Amino acid sequence: MIEFFQQLLNGISLGAIYALIALGYTMVYGVLRFINFAHSDVFMVGAFVGYYLGNHLPEGAVWGGLVVLAAAMVVCAILGMTIERLAYRPLRNAPTLNVLITAIGVSLFLEYSGQKYFGAAPRTFPQIFPVRQIHLGGLTLSSNQVVVIAVAFGLLMLLRTIVMKTKIGMAMRAVSLNPRAAQLVGVNNNVIIAYTFGLGSALAGAGGVLYAVNYPSIDPLMGVMPGLKAFVAAVLGGIGNIPGAALGGLLLGTVETFVSGSQYSTYKDAIAFSVLILILLFRPAGLLGRFTIEKV
Amino acid sequence: MPPRPQQVVPQLALIGTLIAAGLLTRFTDSIDPYVLDVAIGAGINVILAVSLNLVNGYTGQFSLGHAGFMAVGAYLSAALSLNLAPSWLGDAPSAWAQNAFFLGALVAGGLGAAVAGLIVGVPSLRLKGDYLALVTLGFGEIIRVIFQNLDVVGGALGLNAIPYYTNIFWVLAWVAITIFVVVCLVHSTYGRGFIATHDDEIAAESIGLNTTVYKIVAFVIGAFFAGVAGGLYGHFKMTITPTGFDFTKSIEIVVMVILGGMGHTVGVVLAAILLTLLPELLRPIAEYRMIIYSLLLIILMLVRPQGLLNVQLGRNRQP
Repeated sequence: MIEFFQQLLNGISLGAIYALIALGYTMVYGVLRFINFAHSDVFMVGAFVGYYLGNHLPEGAVWGGLVVLAAAMVVCAILGMTIERLAYRPLRNAPTLNVLITAIGVSLFLEYSGQKYFGAAPRTFPQIFPVRQIHLGGLTLSSNQVVVIAVAFGLLMLLRTIVMKTKIGMAMRAVSLNPRAAQLVGVNNNVIIAYTFGLGSALAGAGGVLYAVNYPSIDPLMGVMPGLKAFVAAVLGGIGNIPGAALGGLLLGTVETFVSGSQYSTYKDAIAFSVLILILLFRPAGLLGRFTIEKV
Repeated sequence: MPPRPQQVVPQLALIGTLIAAGLLTRFTDSIDPYVLDVAIGAGINVILAVSLNLVNGYTGQFSLGHAGFMAVGAYLSAALSLNLAPSWLGDAPSAWAQNAFFLGALVAGGLGAAVAGLIVGVPSLRLKGDYLALVTLGFGEIIRVIFQNLDVVGGALGLNAIPYYTNIFWVLAWVAITIFVVVCLVHSTYGRGFIATHDDEIAAESIGLNTTVYKIVAFVIGAFFAGVAGGLYGHFKMTITPTGFDFTKSIEIVVMVILGGMGHTVGVVLAAILLTLLPELLRPIAEYRMIIYSLLLIILMLVRPQGLLNVQLGRNRQP
């Protein structure tokens, strides 16, 4: 029983990171109706920003960790908005396939530029937060897990406030509901889309740092697997649906942790894809999504 | 009624190429082995790109899992050669027996890949666009993970010491067959349905075409030729590992199709040859290869989404 709760806890801390990345996918899908393949590589860039900055800050200080986190979020937000401006905005009215291919191109560009300039070999991520073991009943909890869960939930709450309570959040929801109608009532779609990219990418950057804190070996291709899984999480929760992405991330992280703790651990990477395929076949709108009917 | 001249041109071209390929094998000893190697590599890529073009180009279903089918074909045919060839062919097989066995192994690999294509295609082709791309990517990765965990085929180490059966004849012959099948299929009355599915699925359905069947047929035929290409690849490199058939390989094939122009066989063939030759010619900047590929994808989509090499030939132009 203790082991069950231990795994559950590990699963939640992994799932919280998936949830952060999944939010970026889901928000961009909400406003632009396409999958931003490059999102997983923005996540990787976030981890590398943390790596380069973390090496210049004192180890194990809480303020240092927060500075690293904030810096990664800012850099990633700028990166995300730049990608949107240069690669996606010119294709606003192009066929979906072209946008998809461009997104794959951007993703590969970030990955291979990363291999060239960061180096392909894995690096050890510095300990930016103080490390302690916390014993709680029979459970062992590392302070990093606490940080990951706390930061992730804090950011989720913040995002919810932005989307639901602010004016720009309302504009985001309007664009995602109906871009043309939003434009008619005076929403500047381009600004809102850029803002959405910035917000999503900032969350991915935070996710990158948190992931690296928990799994301190980073390389330029580190984003691929978490990115794909976070995407699966977004689809699982219902793409375009913000609470759905958070729920999907937590569920997927938990399932995956239980599988890696079982005898089928080598199949852990196949789990996410199987979940994706099952969801798309039996409930394509996701757990919390709404069905739409295709019209001519 | 005898067929009109233009109808027999593809058949003549196929037979001509096969004869030319057969003649070419007589002179392989006098050709530089390096040139031969590059030519074989280019040929395998042409098969992969042309077969993917049937799915991604003509039928408009964006698949990102082509390397997975290549893996199925490569593993199946290599396993056949490793396990059956010694007992069936004996110690000193004649060239005929060996080539006949190889043909059988290739076809078996292709059929295996086609079955995999059917298993993957039936559920996933209900999806469109981004989702389809991701599901095929997912299936491709699942195939790779399965091979990585199957100890019968060497697990993560892959299969080694595969006999070297691939020669320029088989590669050229299969290139010719692939192009023949794809071109004739797409230009047939039945094959117009692929293009209709690509152009407007709802309109195609409204005139009574079963677009799902068209998608699955395209997918299965594409998978078959990918499997054959995998078999040729395995018996050419003599060693195969699961990581050789990952996402990057699929992307490479996709880049060839996009560069050549989706739905333009001539352009895709040129692009496959070009992208095989480029790394050979540009050894000094090999480390920038993937960066260049990715930039190429972005810039092509921004500036010239119809592809770079879609030379229009003859009267049977594609829309």
